[in-house]
Amino acid sequence: MSGGRVRIAVLAAIAAATLCMAGVADDPADRLSNPAQEARARHLFQQLRCVVCQNESIDDSQVEIAGDIRRIVRAQIAAGRTDADVRAYLVQRYGQFILLTPPLNPGNLALWLTPFAVILLGGGYLWIKSRQPAVEAPGLTEEEQRALEALDAEDRDMVPPHGGSTGGLANAHDAVAIKH
Amino acid sequence: MAEGGRVLIAELGAFCLMLALALSLAQAGLSAAGRLRLSPALQGAGEGAGIGAFLMVAMSFACLMSAFIRSDFSVMNVAYNSHTTQPMVYKISATWGSHEGSILLWNLIVTGFGALVILFGRRLPRNLKSTAVGVQGALGALFIAYTVFASSPFLRLANPPVDGNSLNPILQDPLMAIHPPILYCGYVGLSVVYSFAMAGLIEGRVDAAWARWVRPWTLAAWSFLTVGITLGSFWAYYELGWGGWWFWDPVENSSFMPWLAATALLHSAIVTEKRGSLGSWTVFLALVAFTLSMLGTFLTRSGVLTSVHAFAVDPKRGSILLGCVALAAGSAFSLFAWRAPQMKGGGLFAPVSREGALVLNNLFLSAGTATVLLGTYYPEIREALSGQPISVGPPFYARTFGPLMAITLLIVPVGPLLAWKRGDLVGALQRLWVAAAIALVSGIAVLALVQPRKGLAAAGVALGAWVMCGAVAELLDRVRAGKISTGETMRRLKGLPRGAWGTTLAHFGVGVFLLGAALEPSWKTENAQVLAAGQSLTVAAYQVKLDKVFSVEGPNFSAQRAQIEASKDGRPACTGQPEKRTFGDAGGQATSHVMICMQGLSDLYVVLGDSRALPGGGQGWLVTAHWNPWARLIWLGPFLMALGGLISLSDRRLRFALPKAARAKAGLAAEPAE
Repeated sequence: MSGGRVRIAVLAAIAAATLCMAGVADDPADRLSNPAQEARARHLFQQLRCVVCQNESIDDSQVEIAGDIRRIVRAQIAAGRTDADVRAYLVQRYGQFILLTPPLNPGNLALWLTPFAVILLGGGYLWIKSRQPAVEAPGLTEEEQRALEALDAEDRDMVPPHGGSTGGLANAHDAVAIKH
Repeated sequence: MAEGGRVLIAELGAFCLMLALALSLAQAGLSAAGRLRLSPALQGAGEGAGIGAFLMVAMSFACLMSAFIRSDFSVMNVAYNSHTTQPMVYKISATWGSHEGSILLWNLIVTGFGALVILFGRRLPRNLKSTAVGVQGALGALFIAYTVFASSPFLRLANPPVDGNSLNPILQDPLMAIHPPILYCGYVGLSVVYSFAMAGLIEGRVDAAWARWVRPWTLAAWSFLTVGITLGSFWAYYELGWGGWWFWDPVENSSFMPWLAATALLHSAIVTEKRGSLGSWTVFLALVAFTLSMLGTFLTRSGVLTSVHAFAVDPKRGSILLGCVALAAGSAFSLFAWRAPQMKGGGLFAPVSREGALVLNNLFLSAGTATVLLGTYYPEIREALSGQPISVGPPFYARTFGPLMAITLLIVPVGPLLAWKRGDLVGALQRLWVAAAIALVSGIAVLALVQPRKGLAAAGVALGAWVMCGAVAELLDRVRAGKISTGETMRRLKGLPRGAWGTTLAHFGVGVFLLGAALEPSWKTENAQVLAAGQSLTVAAYQVKLDKVFSVEGPNFSAQRAQIEASKDGRPACTGQPEKRTFGDAGGQATSHVMICMQGLSDLYVVLGDSRALPGGGQGWLVTAHWNPWARLIWLGPFLMALGGLISLSDRRLRFALPKAARAKAGLAAEPAE
């Protein structure tokens, strides 16, 4: 059990205790007078986690600590720091936990690459299979057809599918009919 | 006398649950024995036990509910989760507001679905049915046993308190009262699909007919899941007080993953039904979908994932639950690994074909599911391995899940226009040129006209329009609108099976959602100011005026309520009363009730904050007003999707209910043209 684990547990407990408490919404008085700087601050807020909340950004959260972090961010931006500076400062203070976007580093590689790996592997598999000598899909066996037709018999009274197999469900019957 | 009867109701509930456990075990055992000996009597006995198990769980559930209705605080669960001043509807919904109660609800639904299979599965082959009923019984027994031995909601308190601890105030809301049962119907509805998949593997029969039987259950579960998730999202939107509707929170993800898997399953089962292939993949998806459902219900309660939605559960019970999930999932996947290779091979099909498009849909939905799965559990894994906590938040999903789904949605309109076996892509695209043109024009219009300019959002609008118009185009193409006489088109339109309407509506709903999801977050605006009575602030085109703030006493809370008047261009638009509630009985917890003023499909959303001293003296209130353009599309879309699912389902149910009449009619009907 790591220290971080315990800390999260403590934070979660605090979260549970404070989440629904009277909200300390972003105070209009705190806003930066320079609109460009305020816009930058708001953009940063959306990428920073309210560290005691569940995936809530400090832009959304009404918990007190979110307000504290908002003040830090605004103060740093007003002091002329870049976004990267502010992020680095907060990571130093609260750990990577505060970044809602996990940084692309060796430890997070599996996280970032998996979605694309699934597509590549799955797509590659399908592509290789489609290059193999075309084996016609066996389609439905006689027995399957009979079973399906028994089930299908009831909706035979729907619209006859038009020429070309282009309809939706209607073409279930084409598929079956073609095999005959 | 009456008093004595009441006192025993909790014990009666516990006793019924014990009986339900015994009956579920009997259901599993008798069905298995009946299947092995091919004895209709034993199989029938298994089915009878299944119905009995459901009745006993229902009875037990009724006992618990009665304890809540009567505020019987000698029952620990009631004392911890209810209060005498709670309105009746929340006393009732508190029945499933706790960990124990919600697991009992899970048991109720799992046995209830088992009973439905028994009652409505008359046309199933006897062997497949009794195997499926047996598996469902084993599943029920596993989780009823957990409830009886580790999570009983009927435990007594030696010294009952005078009053209870109250249901968590944020759950005291009409939507939160119905959200869990609907979501659970979705989660647990997939248990039927799981049982059919297991039965298919055991019987070695996963073919077109099998897929036909599984599809209605998948569709029903999927529709419930869709509604459940949508209700949860809408609840978050108005309850949490800042207008967010999706947070990628572990618990939200846990409900979203089975939905994604069930969506993939719905589509792959079509291929299995119509073409007899992809059988083992469809079975695999069925097992995955229900496994993700179990994870969704239980892992979030095991204490492994921390979440605002999680119930406080001690770690010991959490690990027992995990053990149950591992047993159910582990045995399923072992069986799959053993039996699937022996199943009929799928063969191959042309990439450009209806089934090709459906396979592509499955590839991307699987990748999407894997992304959400990893995003949800990676922080836990990472922290266990390196001790370093990380966060995986919305920006991660926007960069991974977003593009995956965008590609999936590009295919949606094309797939249904391709023929089975070998499709004509050029022909399909030609028939979609109007849809493509509308999509492009709307995307460009948004890019050119809407300020501030946002490229990605404009692309989202174009994609939404593409999916919506594509759905309509497919329907029109199906009835050959414009190519044949209007009368004939109308005749065809009337004759379309409900399943076709369902598909169109569901796909259209996806587009509607997408439109909302692209517009709302991109162009919402807000303004917050400390206002004295009579002052106003401006948000978007609206003037929001704070009339006054006054105190109100509710049944179990006291509130500060504001009278707000909103106007647009000097004309009154609407009035509302946002309030802050403090629940004294629940330890002073506060909730915010926002004012939502619908303007067309957009929302003016006003939140009352705390009171502040004004700089010039006097008292003011922090008022935050949000303008959420087109917000309603976000929930309208999924409701259309679920409606589409239910319409398709009514098609099938009709078939189940009236087989003979329909067959007689079929004899008179004209044969298909081909």
